Amino acid sequence: MSPSNRDWSSQPAYIHPDYRSTVLRGPTKPLVPLAATLSEVTGPVYGHDAVGPLDADLTKNARRNGEPIGERIIVAGRVVDENDRPLPDTLIEIWQANACGRYVHEADQHDAPIDPNFLGAGRCVTDATGRYEFRTIKPGAYPWRNHDNAWRPNHIHLSLFGASFADRLVTQMYFPGDPLFEFDPIFNGVPEGARDRMVARFDLAVTEPEFALGYTFDIVLRGARATPMEG
Amino acid sequence: MAKRGQTPSQTVGPFFAYGLAPEQYNYPFRSIAGGVMAGDDTAGTRIRVIGQVFDGAGERVPDALIEIWQANAHGRYNHPADSRQDNRLDPDFKGFGRFGTGTRPDNAFVFDTVKPGSVDGRQAPHLNVCVLMRGLLLHAYTRIYFADEAEANAADPVLRSVPAERRDTLIARRDDHLPGTVYRFDIRMQGERETVFFDV
Repeated sequence: MSPSNRDWSSQPAYIHPDYRSTVLRGPTKPLVPLAATLSEVTGPVYGHDAVGPLDADLTKNARRNGEPIGERIIVAGRVVDENDRPLPDTLIEIWQANACGRYVHEADQHDAPIDPNFLGAGRCVTDATGRYEFRTIKPGAYPWRNHDNAWRPNHIHLSLFGASFADRLVTQMYFPGDPLFEFDPIFNGVPEGARDRMVARFDLAVTEPEFALGYTFDIVLRGARATPMEG
Repeated sequence: MAKRGQTPSQTVGPFFAYGLAPEQYNYPFRSIAGGVMAGDDTAGTRIRVIGQVFDGAGERVPDALIEIWQANAHGRYNHPADSRQDNRLDPDFKGFGRFGTGTRPDNAFVFDTVKPGSVDGRQAPHLNVCVLMRGLLLHAYTRIYFADEAEANAADPVLRSVPAERRDTLIARRDDHLPGTVYRFDIRMQGERETVFFDV
C-alpha cells in the first residue's frame, strides 16, 4: 500500500482499453507521489443544512403531475472507513437513469421515454452512525456505443466527500445478479477481487412491507492518513 | 490490516450534470457549488481561473467536471483539520468550486475566486484540483500554482518533488488580454505536455 493510503489493488487502472474512452483520456505518465499536507487532509464540508427535505427521496423530489413510473426501491447503508468506523456528516450525491434506462441529461439520445415526474438526482448526509437512506426508482439498463450491442448494467452513480479532499470517491452501485456484469468494461475495469464491493445486496430488513424492496450498500472510504508534514 | 476493502472508483460518466452541477446546466435541482466561489464580502484578491481540458488527440473534452478546493486569502482551510489560530477563517468563503465543461461554446471551466494564501509558510499559494470525466475510471488530482509567485514556487516542496521538466504543467499563466486578474490553466490528460497528476 502506498503511504498515501490509496489501495491500488481495489482501484481501476486509468487505461482500460475495453472501455474505449479511457484510451485517450486516462493519464499515461506515472502519478507523482504527494505526501499529505494540510491541502490533502482538509476538504469541503457539507452538513445537513446542504440537504433539502425531499432531496433523498427521488420518488418525490421531481413530481409534476403524478408519481414516477417504475419499481420503487430503498437504498440504504453505512459509510465507513477501512477500520469499519462510521463516517458521520458525509455528503452523498446520486444520479441515475429512470426506470426505462433514460437519463434526463440532454446528451442522452437513447430512444426510451423521459418520465416527467422523475429527475433522478438526489443527495443526503450520513447520520451520527454513518447511515444513509435514499428512496428512488430502480434504474433501467441502457445501450451505449462502446462496442457492438453494448449495454450498461442497472446502476446508480454516487459521489461522496469524505473527511478530506483525498477521500473523494465517485462510484457506481450495481444490483445483485445482473447478467450484464460479464460484458461491462466499466464494472470490469476494477480488479476482480474488488468488484463485488460495488454490488448492493437485497435486504429484507430494509424492505418496507407494501411499499418497496430494500437494498443495502455500504461504502468504504480510505482510512486516516499520517499526520501532515509540518511547515 | 484494514478490516474492510475500499469501495472501488467508477467513472462519473457522461450524464453527471443534473446530479452534480444542475444549476450550471439548467436542470431543476439545487447545486451545492458552482464556478463562483467568492462573494461580495470575501476577503482577498479576486481572480478568475479559466482553462480547457484536452484528451490525448488534442481534442477539447466537453464532458469533464473540474473541482477546486482551496484555502482562503489568509491561507486557512475552512475545515476542522485546519485548526490553526494564527490565521483566520473567512465566513464568506467556503473554498470549494465545481464547473462542468459542457455549457460554454469553448468547453472551458471558469472559477471566480480569491487568490489563496500560503497554507503553512512552506507551500506556495495553490488550488487543489480534482478532475473527473467519462473515460476516467478514477478521478485525477492535480494542483494549480501561479506564475507570478516565482519565488514561492521555487521553494514549494510539492513542486520540487515534481521532475523539473514537468513543473511547468502545474503553473497557471496570467492572461493580460482579459479584464481583471485572469489566469489560464489548461489540463492535458496525455501527450508530451501531460499535466502532472498526483498520487494523493
